[in-house]
Amino acid sequence: MEIIDILLTANFWAAALRIATPLIFGVLGALICERAGVLNLGIEGIFTAGAMAGWMAVWLGAGLWGGVLVAALAGGFFGLIHAILTVPLGLSQHVSGIGVTLLATSLSYFTYRTALPDVTSPPRIIPFQPLDIPILSDLPFIGPALFSQTALTMLALVMVFVTGWVLYRTPLGLAIRAVGDNPSAVEAQGLSVYALRIGAVVAGSALMAVGGAFLTMSAFDAFFFGMINGRGWVCIALTVFASWRPGKALLGALLFGAFDAFQVRLQTEVGAFLPSQVFLMMPYLLSIAALIIVARKADYPKALLVPWFKGQR
Amino acid sequence: MSSAATPSTETSPQLLLKLAAITKRFGPLIANDAIDLDVHRGEIVALLGENGAGKTTLMNILFGHYVADEGAVMVAGADDNILATLEPGAPQAALDAGIGMVHQHFTLAENLTGLDNIVLGTEPIFRLRRDRTKARAKLDHLMSGSGLNVDLNQPVHKLTVGEKQRVEILKALYRDARLLVLDEPTAVLTPQEADSLFAILRKLAATGLAVIIIAHKLAEVLAVSHRIAILRGGKKVGEMTTDQADRRSIAELMVGRDVPISKRRERTPGAEVISLHNITIDRGDARRSLHNVSLLAREGEILGIAGVSGNGQAALAQLIAGLDRPDSGTVEIFGEPVTKFDAHQFAQNGIARIPEDRHHDGMIGSMTVAENIAIEDVRSRDYQKFGFLDFDAIRKRAEHAIADYDVRCPGPDAPARLLSGGNIQKLILARVLEKSPKLILANQPSRGLDVGAQSEVHRRLLEAREGGAAVILISEDLDELLTLSDQIAVIHAGHVSPVIAAGDIDRSELGLMMAGQKKNEHNADTRAAGGPA
Repeated sequence: MEIIDILLTANFWAAALRIATPLIFGVLGALICERAGVLNLGIEGIFTAGAMAGWMAVWLGAGLWGGVLVAALAGGFFGLIHAILTVPLGLSQHVSGIGVTLLATSLSYFTYRTALPDVTSPPRIIPFQPLDIPILSDLPFIGPALFSQTALTMLALVMVFVTGWVLYRTPLGLAIRAVGDNPSAVEAQGLSVYALRIGAVVAGSALMAVGGAFLTMSAFDAFFFGMINGRGWVCIALTVFASWRPGKALLGALLFGAFDAFQVRLQTEVGAFLPSQVFLMMPYLLSIAALIIVARKADYPKALLVPWFKGQR
Repeated sequence: MSSAATPSTETSPQLLLKLAAITKRFGPLIANDAIDLDVHRGEIVALLGENGAGKTTLMNILFGHYVADEGAVMVAGADDNILATLEPGAPQAALDAGIGMVHQHFTLAENLTGLDNIVLGTEPIFRLRRDRTKARAKLDHLMSGSGLNVDLNQPVHKLTVGEKQRVEILKALYRDARLLVLDEPTAVLTPQEADSLFAILRKLAATGLAVIIIAHKLAEVLAVSHRIAILRGGKKVGEMTTDQADRRSIAELMVGRDVPISKRRERTPGAEVISLHNITIDRGDARRSLHNVSLLAREGEILGIAGVSGNGQAALAQLIAGLDRPDSGTVEIFGEPVTKFDAHQFAQNGIARIPEDRHHDGMIGSMTVAENIAIEDVRSRDYQKFGFLDFDAIRKRAEHAIADYDVRCPGPDAPARLLSGGNIQKLILARVLEKSPKLILANQPSRGLDVGAQSEVHRRLLEAREGGAAVILISEDLDELLTLSDQIAVIHAGHVSPVIAAGDIDRSELGLMMAGQKKNEHNADTRAAGGPA
């Protein structure tokens, strides 16, 4: 009975949304890249780079929004590397993506260690604070669950809408969806396949990095090693789960967040019977299960992973 | 379809496009050798030639996909009729000059609607909204004027091939194309769809649109064009107005020599080799499903299966090759019901296949010619020594095959991917026919081949028939079916019509059946209309 009660508390849903926030950024970023036909396995490293760069910028006195901007730029930079390797050069997207993950992760750790050689406990910044919106934050249930989150969570939710609008309501989004399905069609209509794909990968990577920055600037207040902990890979799976649609991406991220928040609470309720690792495993197991159900029917962007070269048909 | 339309010459025809001495080299190969071509307003020009003659290269230069090494493309201005040189290597410049191209492989994004595909790239890209009212009005006008009707709100993947082609043509017209280039436009259409396409093109030409059709089928070229230019080996070898053209001389110009035409000799069929009884395969997808199909293939007989691709041919071919099992119904080989559907077992029983997609299913590109020849028989004792492959034996057989079947390749050790489509098909024929199979399943055996290779395929199939093999010929080429088949059945949406004997086949009726009309219905119609009963 208590287990069901957990699901009815505002506190639980607030935690679910908090856990989901970096994933929302990540899935949106990944789906923008993939809609244009490029798988971005650099996501795990880009998360790390965003977390590190954003935090360090704030620590050096750039201000919180300055930090978000720096994180986005760092993500865009690594996205550009991945884009150049995979789009005009047409290299394997898998290999390049994993390379970018290794590079971005190592470079972040290296920068952190070089900048702070003698630090034993990670320095802290003052992170984004929960919003206090008049009236809305005082609403029962939905107030604490939704309107008392930090500004970055609000930004994530806004980005779901913005991404959806751009993809489905603007000429740019039309071109991005077309280039991920049949780049020759885009070329034949006089648009640049390379520019669209590179642009989409850079923009998507910038979004991923902001997801990373959420961890060091909102969820926590410091950067430490290993803090991304596979969140990037979860986003790649969630992208398939979401069928490359922003609305479903939000749903998938929330589902994962809810599983994660649930297992933490479950541990304290019935933790005595089972080792804690079983609970930690739960959201991932459920993700795999959800993926098996959804992904078998998934309608992949047709040109995903397929390099396209100018003048070759 | 009967005779060529005359050009619309109320006003003197104005020169719209001039290709002047276009030369393009790829390494040592000269793809285009000083080709000149003029196209006037309101004129339909057919560009004829075999594969590798340089047609597509020439059009890619026109459209800015390639840059010519020498020569220039000149287009008359929209307002002033003054010829101006087109910027080379810039598709956007070609689009702006009013050149629209419909590629053989459609360049449509299948996840978008027809409307989205047409509008893509024509509106400023950084806009917060899309405004479609103007586009829609313009397209409605274009559609009603030309008869190019298609539901533009459907995602492209839901459209038929003919409809996709209409979207492609609309795409060009929407951009105010004054010259429309169509690359092998009828390759994927039923005869009826092709006729309706030609009617549309004539209507459009009458309004002043210039059209270039790239083709290799003579009949349709003669039906629709005003003028014919023939390419061979990168050179323009002939040009004539269509009313002066005759089939035989064009064929010779295209091939450069006399083309032997295979003739089927009368022969009484022998025992039955394979028979299908009430086969149903339901895979939820029309391409892969069959409904209550019964067929019979006999020794020394070619059974033609006519149909537009994607109507269940794939399912039928898979079944006969032992690659799939029926949900219900029985298959008998030499009168014995099959219990185990296994490709190897079927091959052991003498069933050989010429697969539809020769590059994908017919060979392994990274393996050598010799390995590809032996690949279906690696379990055979002939190619083994102490349990290892005997490469000497394999190479010897490959050398024979190369010589006997005139496979043009650097040698038995060359990777198969270096071979042209025609030579790959010869390689497959060598592999299949050398084993004297009892049944040959030939799925689109001459699709995409040039006239020379095509006649070679036909000769070999007829030879096998003479030798007593049963042949099941799946094709969408009516000429091929009518030349080779003793009997023809039509496949449509997974249903197979009753078999018609070769003598009783009426071309246009076959076309209607391929489009889904039943033979009886059609007869009833003609009878009602006072036609021959």
